[in-house]
Amino acid sequence: MHDLMGYALFCAALTAGGWVLARWMTRVYEGGPNPLTTVLGPVERGIYRLSGIDAQVQQGWRGYALAALAFNLLGFVLLYGILRLQQVLPLNPDGVGAISPDLAFNTAVSFVTNTNWQAYSGEAQLSYLSQMTGLTVQNFVSAATGMAVGLAVIRGFTAPKGTGLGNFWTDMTRSVLYVLLPLSILLAVALILQGVPQTLLGGAHVTTLEGAQQIIPRGPAASQIAIKQLGTNGGGFFGVNSAHPLENPTVASNMLQCLSILLIPVAFCFLFGRMARDARQGWAIYAAMGVMFLIGLVVVWAGETGAASLEGKEMRFGAALSALWGVVTTAASNGSVNAMHDSFMPLSGLVEIVNMAIGEVIFGGVGAGLYGMLLYVVLAVFLAGLMVGRTPEYLGRKIEAREVTLAMLAFLSMPLGILIGGAISVTVPTAAASIQEAGPHGLSETLYAYSSAVGNNGSAFAGWGAAAQWQTTALGLLMILGRFAIILPMLAIAGSLIAKRQSPVTVGTFPTHGPLFVTLLVLTVLILGALTFFPVLALGPIAEHTALAIGQSF
Amino acid sequence: MSTETAQISAQSPPAGLYGAALRAAFVKLHPRALMGNPVIFVTAVTATLTSALALRDMAIGTPGAAVSIQIAFWLWVCVIFANFAEALAEGRGKARADSLRATKAETTVKLLAHEADQAPRLVPSGALRTGQLVLVEAGDLIPTDAEVIRGVASVDESAITGESAPVIRESGGDRCSVTGGTRIVSDSLIIRITAEPGKSFLDRMIALVEGAERQRTPNEIALNILLAGLTLIFLIVVVTLEPFARYSGIVIPVITLSALFVTLIPTTIGGLLSAIGIAGMDRLVRANVIAKSGRAVEAAGDVDILLLDKTGTITFGNRMADAFVPARGTDTRKLAMAAFLASLADDTPEGKSIVELAERQLQTVTRIPEPGSVPVPFSAQSRLSGVDFAGIRLRKGAVDAIERFTGQSTDPALRARVDEIARSGGTPLLVAENDQILGAIHLKDVIKPGIRERFVALRAMGIRTVMITGDNPLTAAAIAAEAGVDDFLAEATPEMKLDYIRKEQAGGRLVAMCGDGSNDAPALAQADVGVAMNSGTPAAKEAANLIDLDSDPTKLIEVVMVGKQLLISRGALTTFSIANDVAKYFAILPAIFVAAYPGLGVLNVMGLSSPQSAILSAVIFNALIIVALIPLALRGVAYQPSSAAALLRRNLTIYGLGGIVAPFIGIKLIDMGVTALGLA
Repeated sequence: MHDLMGYALFCAALTAGGWVLARWMTRVYEGGPNPLTTVLGPVERGIYRLSGIDAQVQQGWRGYALAALAFNLLGFVLLYGILRLQQVLPLNPDGVGAISPDLAFNTAVSFVTNTNWQAYSGEAQLSYLSQMTGLTVQNFVSAATGMAVGLAVIRGFTAPKGTGLGNFWTDMTRSVLYVLLPLSILLAVALILQGVPQTLLGGAHVTTLEGAQQIIPRGPAASQIAIKQLGTNGGGFFGVNSAHPLENPTVASNMLQCLSILLIPVAFCFLFGRMARDARQGWAIYAAMGVMFLIGLVVVWAGETGAASLEGKEMRFGAALSALWGVVTTAASNGSVNAMHDSFMPLSGLVEIVNMAIGEVIFGGVGAGLYGMLLYVVLAVFLAGLMVGRTPEYLGRKIEAREVTLAMLAFLSMPLGILIGGAISVTVPTAAASIQEAGPHGLSETLYAYSSAVGNNGSAFAGWGAAAQWQTTALGLLMILGRFAIILPMLAIAGSLIAKRQSPVTVGTFPTHGPLFVTLLVLTVLILGALTFFPVLALGPIAEHTALAIGQSF
Repeated sequence: MSTETAQISAQSPPAGLYGAALRAAFVKLHPRALMGNPVIFVTAVTATLTSALALRDMAIGTPGAAVSIQIAFWLWVCVIFANFAEALAEGRGKARADSLRATKAETTVKLLAHEADQAPRLVPSGALRTGQLVLVEAGDLIPTDAEVIRGVASVDESAITGESAPVIRESGGDRCSVTGGTRIVSDSLIIRITAEPGKSFLDRMIALVEGAERQRTPNEIALNILLAGLTLIFLIVVVTLEPFARYSGIVIPVITLSALFVTLIPTTIGGLLSAIGIAGMDRLVRANVIAKSGRAVEAAGDVDILLLDKTGTITFGNRMADAFVPARGTDTRKLAMAAFLASLADDTPEGKSIVELAERQLQTVTRIPEPGSVPVPFSAQSRLSGVDFAGIRLRKGAVDAIERFTGQSTDPALRARVDEIARSGGTPLLVAENDQILGAIHLKDVIKPGIRERFVALRAMGIRTVMITGDNPLTAAAIAAEAGVDDFLAEATPEMKLDYIRKEQAGGRLVAMCGDGSNDAPALAQADVGVAMNSGTPAAKEAANLIDLDSDPTKLIEVVMVGKQLLISRGALTTFSIANDVAKYFAILPAIFVAAYPGLGVLNVMGLSSPQSAILSAVIFNALIIVALIPLALRGVAYQPSSAAALLRRNLTIYGLGGIVAPFIGIKLIDMGVTALGLA
């Protein structure tokens, strides 16, 4: 009961925080002055002038998509270069060597796509330069890309006919300057106060009680952890991520990190309602996400705090906080961990895989969660909207063949990436070698990895060989699929919708707020999203769970 | 013959139709025919593969071959049932088409060189071209659609409308259009051909009811894309299940995978989709409305605003006498008697209604004019009509005209009543005997019974009704209030109608209207849904996208209902079809996996008796549900006008929740049957 009270408090704080942040973000994206423009306004204008951007230009969906793609491609090339050349570049006090081409490809894609899948161990394989200018920069701008695309998609659904989707460059710059940067600074300071290191001095050389020499890796951790959580990135400074005592030292730092992971995704729901000039629309989406989040949380909590075996369990924060973290991060496409998900009960693993495999739409990545959920909204409205005897409409705009085609294309990327990628991975011997456990758990590991990559989450079941060349390459390609095969169709849907006139609401209009619509949306996600993976989940976590129940082991 | 037509269209399909539909279901197995429907095409391909494998199993004596054969059989049944549904829907229309075609006899027509041509040339009707002039006389069949350019005649249109009373068609005005297949009863007409033989309304109607000219509507196209996408996703699910299972040490036979695949793809809606569309058009044809495109029918479901002409739709066409209002010192009976006598010779509808009202009030009068009476007809100068006899001059007419005639002014009490009548939207007439004003007659527009309730129902659906009238704003407001419309357009000109439609459309609303005159054509063309009266001008019919053969303006409301029901039926069956998948997973998955993971037996929530029986039962259910839903697809989902929220709640409960629950029960029952019969 104690745990559930804590969860309730967490949800209340999260909702309030998201609501307040949404007000702030509305103001920021409207482009007018805000309290920070006195300081950051010149910086913003300087950035536009330096890069030759006209902040007033409105882009269509093609222009917006091209700008996002070009920016991400450039980011990838830069990051790949830094990773490959880090041994000759400065800020490398521990003298780490170069990264292999496939691992560099995997890591660069992973950070550009906001996945932050870590097939490397940060403190051992990356220089400070790679961490700070390579990864941390992408932590900001990949998150800002998601937020910008999210904004453009919201405009497509809500802005008046004939207006543009916005401007990618200004949306991204404002996301970084006025949202991500201030929040990161606040969070980093809070984390430093909790004992997270922030130093450029290299590892600490200490003599242990037994008299042995030990190097304790340190570094500019707090700043990177702040953005890794706020931007639903998840790439830890240390290899074991937030399970590391220096990355997540206290219960307070743990709760702060949990909150900051979901803060912006929650704010996006309310931002949607604000931009639609109908707060109920935002609340409906928030409620649908919230219901699924709570279902997952209760299942994992029950599994982890029940009569579970203690092997491999995180004892520092205990089962309830491990459960919360596990659900928060897999729901939000944040790859960080504070306990090894591999050691969770099978049904907990099931919840985590489902959270990712449905496309990271339970709050999801910053911006990405909302546009992912809008994909399901389009499908739900089309399916059920016909039942009120009108051409299906959402926010007054008709959902027609073009939108349905694009939504199906986007939707297809999840089963395509996870099922086909996973099936090849368990079949081809080189790839199947990554599996280290026999029986259904091995399958769960593979499923988890592929769901994590396609969903742009980034966390993994430990004990699965992610560094194998097959996997770094395959997962790298699937991260690209999972990111852009949804961004492009969703932007195209936004472009198509914004060109349609909005019909006024009457009693004949399909209601897209209220409990009925929330139920419909949840059922659509579960039946179209989750059920697609039911057969393979039956062979993985469900088989493992039922086998445990009858005492079968592998 | 004509009455037969009407009967056939009203009857349920004769028994022979089922046999014909079943035969057609097999004919439709041709790959080219199947190709149009992706879901059913994929099912047929899977059934072919499964059949080949099952026959191989039987040949080499693989254990379980008997079940494989049954699975293959039921997959084919699924395809046949889907074809059967479509054939049945088409068949119902064919019966009507055949009777229509009987009126399309090749005849000889009297071709005129020019209007005054006295020597018609006889040519076969098939050789007619647009613009040619034809003389049609009593007993002649009108060869094709045409416009009357000279003459008045009564025409029997029962072959098209089913209405046996002949109608008047005349040159000029709004009743100048004649339809191919109808017959002249009396008199003769000179007509100008407007549609070449083979392209007339009759031909269009035949093509429509046969389903030959059926184009997919926008929503149907979008739905087809969704269904194809889902089919592709389930293909990925099933194909990748094999390697995942192999990794888990399970080998799944291809036939089992095929069964899983076909049960998961949306075969129910895929099989019934075209039947729903054809049946929807058929319902429209039964209502005697021809749609020029399926798009118009769907748009009718989306309509936000109905523009309705006051006359004929909201009110009976003419003003009718409602009450007699005597002047001070005059007896009501005396007023009624004077009005009666003054109107006996008046053939206008107003005059007749005065006679009828007086008869009802006086009861003892007979319609025999006073001996020696001289009727005074209405003239534009005097604006009076009446009768003179035995030195008495009875007159009725507009207030100022009677005041001029009598040289008296109306007494203040009567004046007040007269003003009140005018304010309420009625027309006051005064009645005078010599120089004495006897009182007033209240003429009013009579609202059609039941129309107010229909507007309430429309409002519940979110549709606003707008009355269009040539009346002044005062009168219009009064009638609008009485009829319960949401808005009105008074003193309406064609330009005002057009502007009104444009204004509403700019606000994102879809507008439907009906009209008949040539001056309606621009507005009909601008409206999203335009219904032209069949009696209307060719220009109006050309501009509209729906044509009402009964020329009943109220039909617009029916059209909206048909459009909505069509969309609801599609949505409901799609939801049902997709919701069905939950149970199918729970039937088939444990059956496949239980050998390797005995614990997965817990997923067998239905307690199906054996893995073979579970798979077979799911496949049988999948096929039977199509045939079970054919009546619903043809009839359309029950539809009560109500708000979208109420409709959604109701349909989501029945077809969503029902779609989840029904197959659990159905598959369990079939499993019990299969087990009892020892089929698996």
